[in-house]
Amino acid sequence: MKLSKSPWVLHYDGSSCNGCDLEILDSTTPVYDVERFGVVNTGNPKHADIFLITGGINAQNAPVVKQLYSQMPDPKVVVAVGICACDGGVFKDCYNILGGVNKVIPVDIYVPGCAVKPEAVIDGLRKAAELLDQKQKQMKKKRAAARKEG
Amino acid sequence: MAWQRALGVLLFLVCAPFAGGLLGGLDRKLSARLQGRQGPPVLQPFYDVYKLFHKQTIVVNRLQDFLVGGYFIFSIFTGCLFFSGGDLLLAFFALTLAEIFLFMAACSANSPYSSMGAQRELVQIMSYEPMLLLAAIGLYMITGSFFIDQVADRGISAIAFLPGMFFGLVFVFIIKFRKSPFDISASHHAHQEIVKGLTTELSGSELGLVEVAGWYEDVLLLGLLALFILNRNPWSILAGVATGLACYFLLVLVDNLFPRVRWEKMLNWAWAVTLIFGGTNLLVLALVL
Repeated sequence: MKLSKSPWVLHYDGSSCNGCDLEILDSTTPVYDVERFGVVNTGNPKHADIFLITGGINAQNAPVVKQLYSQMPDPKVVVAVGICACDGGVFKDCYNILGGVNKVIPVDIYVPGCAVKPEAVIDGLRKAAELLDQKQKQMKKKRAAARKEG
Repeated sequence: MAWQRALGVLLFLVCAPFAGGLLGGLDRKLSARLQGRQGPPVLQPFYDVYKLFHKQTIVVNRLQDFLVGGYFIFSIFTGCLFFSGGDLLLAFFALTLAEIFLFMAACSANSPYSSMGAQRELVQIMSYEPMLLLAAIGLYMITGSFFIDQVADRGISAIAFLPGMFFGLVFVFIIKFRKSPFDISASHHAHQEIVKGLTTELSGSELGLVEVAGWYEDVLLLGLLALFILNRNPWSILAGVATGLACYFLLVLVDNLFPRVRWEKMLNWAWAVTLIFGGTNLLVLALVL
């Protein structure tokens, strides 16, 4: 059994125009049905494995994103959904925009698009789930090394 | 007989989590099909719990750890009492104790969502508890005993005398199985809302324990429904299992058909059904017997 069989998702809208948010919701509808892969859209960072963020980071949402990230238990994966979350997009030069999600927390997977297609969201989620397995292996190795030293 | 009691407990301890998890998987698959989706694999609940036990557990406080453990142990203890043919009243009280452990676990965290979920859980307990006790009294009236093995060891099934009680129990089990329209403290769906409040502060293996305890509880509750069908004929066990499964799928159907209601409505409806179906059944029994 693998962790990647049960990726629970936390979705946070940074400063998105809601285009990408709707496409994320689209991926849970009957046509795309991302629950096929065991994905559950949870609203709770403590239950989540994958952090989906849409929209760029500004001064107001930066502490929120940091806090949500810190509340997620390890192993966790961050997915930046849409071009705004990747690097700021068309809002990049706005006075209040700091840039993409990687300005405040480490991003593992970038899903570009304006707005992203549900297929791209699903592809990103599958890659994120595979990354969860890798991260768990790394966690195990670290623990084993710590035990040897300790 | 002692060996039968031991076999009942052993079967429950070993098989209940598998049966409960599988039922949960079938529930999710069936719900998805009803909504025109393909749905997750039937074994999905097992994948979920495996993952939860392999994630980091963020411990909010030591007390919560202990209380979640208490909920887990007393859920199993209730099932052991029931499937060993023990005292029905004692089983109900142990079940309530388990619920109180879960309520306290949610209360112990300093989070508004968690406390709100805990309060809603109390309202749920308030709503279904009278029907459970009334059902125990009904079974006592027709058998003269609270012992489950004596209730099951009769010529005629209990449902022949207690159809109202059976209906009332199925109705309040919508609350107990956390199904819409009465899933106000910890729903299986709509994970974003306050209705996931009870488990807000639980993570990793703690949440996993709550899930597994839920599987044990589901099997126990279906066992309680099956008790109404059981009689001296060994084939009635099959009929009991079939009735339990039929009721479970009815609950899944109800879950998909009805939107969630406010807590006042839940309390009103649950108590109205308890009074009308349970109360009338009890009254008729008292007049006839």
